[in-house]
Amino acid sequence: MIRWAAPPRRSLVRQPAALAALGWLALAGLGAAMALSLAPAGPLVADTARALLPPGLGRPLGTDLFGRDVLARLLWGGRWTLGMGLVALAVTVGLGLPTGLVAGTFGGWIDPVLMRLVDALLAFPGLLLAMAVVALLGPGMGSVAVAVGLAAAPAYARVARSAALEVRAQPYVEAARAVGCSEWRILVRHVLPNAAAPLVAFAATQLGWVLLNGAALNFLGLGARPGTPEWGATLAEGRGYLRDAPWVSVFPGLALTLTVLAANLVGDGLQEALRPW
Amino acid sequence: MVARYVGRRFAQAAFVLWLAVTLAFVAMQLTPGDPAQALLAASGATSEEIAERRAQLGLDDPLLVQYAHYLLDLVRGDLGRSWLHSRPVGRMIMEQLSPTAALAVAATAVGVLLGLALGVLAALRRSTWLDTAATTVAVLGLSTPTYWSGILAILLFSLQLGWLPAAGEGDLRHLVLPALVLGFALSGSIARLVRACVVEVMEEPFVLAARARGLPSYRVIFVHVLRSALAPALTVIALQFGFLLGGAVVTESVFARRGLGKLAVEAILWRDLPVVRGVVVCGALVYVLINLAADLLQAWLDPRLRDGLA
Repeated sequence: MIRWAAPPRRSLVRQPAALAALGWLALAGLGAAMALSLAPAGPLVADTARALLPPGLGRPLGTDLFGRDVLARLLWGGRWTLGMGLVALAVTVGLGLPTGLVAGTFGGWIDPVLMRLVDALLAFPGLLLAMAVVALLGPGMGSVAVAVGLAAAPAYARVARSAALEVRAQPYVEAARAVGCSEWRILVRHVLPNAAAPLVAFAATQLGWVLLNGAALNFLGLGARPGTPEWGATLAEGRGYLRDAPWVSVFPGLALTLTVLAANLVGDGLQEALRPW
Repeated sequence: MVARYVGRRFAQAAFVLWLAVTLAFVAMQLTPGDPAQALLAASGATSEEIAERRAQLGLDDPLLVQYAHYLLDLVRGDLGRSWLHSRPVGRMIMEQLSPTAALAVAATAVGVLLGLALGVLAALRRSTWLDTAATTVAVLGLSTPTYWSGILAILLFSLQLGWLPAAGEGDLRHLVLPALVLGFALSGSIARLVRACVVEVMEEPFVLAARARGLPSYRVIFVHVLRSALAPALTVIALQFGFLLGGAVVTESVFARRGLGKLAVEAILWRDLPVVRGVVVCGALVYVLINLAADLLQAWLDPRLRDGLA
């Protein structure tokens, strides 16, 4: 049977996939936040007598080449990876949101000027742009977070602008202008709250993007120092003894994939729940 | 009308490229460090030699003169010299181009075929288990890092089953796993975009009209829906090329392949900025040209764009 008609939209609580995704994000965040109490010894305790042990009693996810516990490193690594994602997302929204809102709300000469700048940045493939920024800032974890955040900002500015344009065409904005509200007041009090829904949904999607690409830069060795439990870097470290101890690479990769997947599913779910029709 | 649209689109692409290479120039000017010193650092040159080299490279010229030289060099295809190897960046890129291009083409083939199949299937069976299954595969493709799916593929197909080589390059067998891994990642976004395009067209009045005329549904799908949905899908697929370039860099690293990825990563670690800039500018050039080509092709396929909006 071909389905011709659109199904009705569902609120977030009626979308099991999005709820499960939120659950995973909460779990991962909690694990990272409570790493100190869950794995008090920290991610660096080495014990060469316990090197490359498979998952088993007392070491649920096995140990790596230096006998470090994979689960402990995963929990502590969440601080690095998720922290990097949040910093990057703050950069993305901090740059993209004002750019897009100002361009879309004010119009006039500032709109084409800002948007051409955005176009020029969008001309660079995202990950390559992030790599170029890392090259300019010098390799390191902070550079990686700023770089992927910056690389994701132009797309966010685009979405913010089109959301602002839609709101600006509403009669209540015209009314606000008619009673003499300043452009800034219109932006902050009218455009921002009414354009917020799609922007929140897109922020979740962008979180997935910065996590995926930030961890990619760490995997390539451009960010975290060797030995840091960051998930992308750990994954790269485990490649050297993949045949003997696949769990060292597989588990951080699984955690990262689930987190990116969760961010994308939450983004999709919000988009459906918040769409106006 | 057509000539005007084509001309405007060309001018737009040229303008965006000019802005992009200007940004690259400004970014490099803002970075601390003396290129002449970087070029000669290894040979232990004296400060006189470095000053001489500065003059030779035009680094003492006013900024605008340097900028004009930079643009002229770019137009002539001269991307500057590597600080680390003192070799022309353009030649270094050309040497690494073919393995990356082979991977990109193979992955595009996998990604477009798989993405089209999943997207069309999901759209036609909207809100059934088939839609759920196809969109789940798509979001998995979108979310799985190639550096993880690549490792899983190596574990299964190379180490366990021994069917395919795990790393390096050589014959076509070395290309299979990287192309599948990158193609799968690419198919995720393509499938979602194709699904959205097909769904949108299925709600158009002309589709309802075709069904009302009593045409069999396969005719409506193939003649009316897919033909009008795939033109816009083409442009969004072209936008994924940027993802492909970045993905190729990571995939090359996973499978220890030669290529632009290795060149770029080493250049970043050594802060060999002319090479980084060369790779990034080339990436932007190819990306902008492919999107230009896709837009022109869409205008040719879709009469509405050709006549009306242009």
